[in-house]
Amino acid sequence: MFDWRWEFVWEILPRLAQATGNTLLAAGFGYGIAVVLGLTFALGQRTRFKLVTLLIREFVEFVRSTPLVLQIFFVFYVGPQFGIMLRPWTAGMIAIGLHYASYLSEVYRAGIDSVPKGQWEAAVSLSLSPVRTYSRIIIPQAIPPAFAGMGNYLVGILKDTPMLSVIGVAELMHTANSIGSESYRFLEPYTLVGVIFLAISLPTAALLRRAEAKIRLKLGLKLR
Amino acid sequence: MNEYPLKLEGENIPMVRFQKVTKRYGPLVVLDSLDLDVAEGEMVTIIGPSGSGKTTVLRMLMALETIDEGVIYVDGEPLTHMEKNGELVRASNKHLRRMRTSIGMCFQHFNLFPHMTALENCIEAPIQVLGLDKQEAIDRARDLLDMVGMLEKADEHPARLSGGQQQRVAIARSLAMRPKVMLFDEVTSALDPEVIGEVTQVIRKLVDKHNLTMLMVTHQMGFAKEISDRVCFFYDGSIEEQGPPSQLFDTPQKERTQQFLSAVLEAS
Repeated sequence: MFDWRWEFVWEILPRLAQATGNTLLAAGFGYGIAVVLGLTFALGQRTRFKLVTLLIREFVEFVRSTPLVLQIFFVFYVGPQFGIMLRPWTAGMIAIGLHYASYLSEVYRAGIDSVPKGQWEAAVSLSLSPVRTYSRIIIPQAIPPAFAGMGNYLVGILKDTPMLSVIGVAELMHTANSIGSESYRFLEPYTLVGVIFLAISLPTAALLRRAEAKIRLKLGLKLR
Repeated sequence: MNEYPLKLEGENIPMVRFQKVTKRYGPLVVLDSLDLDVAEGEMVTIIGPSGSGKTTVLRMLMALETIDEGVIYVDGEPLTHMEKNGELVRASNKHLRRMRTSIGMCFQHFNLFPHMTALENCIEAPIQVLGLDKQEAIDRARDLLDMVGMLEKADEHPARLSGGQQQRVAIARSLAMRPKVMLFDEVTSALDPEVIGEVTQVIRKLVDKHNLTMLMVTHQMGFAKEISDRVCFFYDGSIEEQGPPSQLFDTPQKERTQQFLSAVLEAS
């Protein structure tokens, strides 16, 4: 049967709690990069400059078609060969940020495409500049339909942070591995990691649903 | 391009001039070398079967569509083109944006910004484009909302307004830019019959009290007859017949006009 030791749980909990902080930091920071960069990718594909559009589209396709763990290794280990030395945290944030930016750019793109043509025409007929049209008219209407997808990727990025353990970012998975290799006990650390992820993911998803309803209400849009 | 002047000069220049304007969608000719002048303060109604190019006329004048041949002038200045080294060349986006400020357009489906209140809809462009300060824009918007009978609903979002109310706000939003020309593109077509009156009432008020130049595409023949200075019957991309409403509706000269009018009469 299980050899579950509560005293071991209490012993390792402070270390895991600290690592949870790092996991949240990595997810939050990576997501911040992805949200901003993803929008940049989405808008960059809509400029008049065909080359920019093409380059971004190819990059997004490339990132979406290759594994995240490869991208993390690539930034961390191949970078130095080109003289780019990055600390694990920096490399990790760049890799995971770019990865999720690519996915989010597609979410934004679908959101922007869902804004009716009449909204563009109204903006044009009022002589609003392209920058104003995007920032005041189009993006505020593109976000609510994109919100569900954005939320999924927030939970997704949280669950992908363990990948950063491969380059030594001291997040939850990395810490659980260390504990395991020090004590030869894996049941408690890995179980706790699972429970902690669950304890973060579930409320986050619930909060996102409520936030979506609130945003739609505030923007005067219909609830779905 | 010599046949097209760089600027219309002299007295009595039209507010709007289409000079030999052609528009094609692929092989389909939507407008065929259209010539049309609209005088300052004139209300011109465009009627015709669907596919006759009547909405395209408004969309080109709003510069929502490019044209293939010809030149459109607004208040003497070329809209679709601009002067460069003494010649007319295709208008840049900047030129179009500047010229568009003289023109306002109301759409069949209102196209209000759903995330803004009625008032916010009406102050956005005046602040951003005309550079009005916020209080001035609000004062102007409230006057206009009052004029269209929507002041009470100034702080409501479009989703909470009926179609007729939304269209009235849309008219106020266009007027807030102080255009010289107003375009109404089937503004009552998407409305329930019982609220059409509140929108036509507003347009009537504009005709009576303001010296705006207006072009209107409509299926409401009664309203067109009552309100227009001139009615143009479009058929197959050109003006088949035009004249004062009494003449066009009561004694149409062309066979196609007669057919169209009797078909419409039968339907209503």
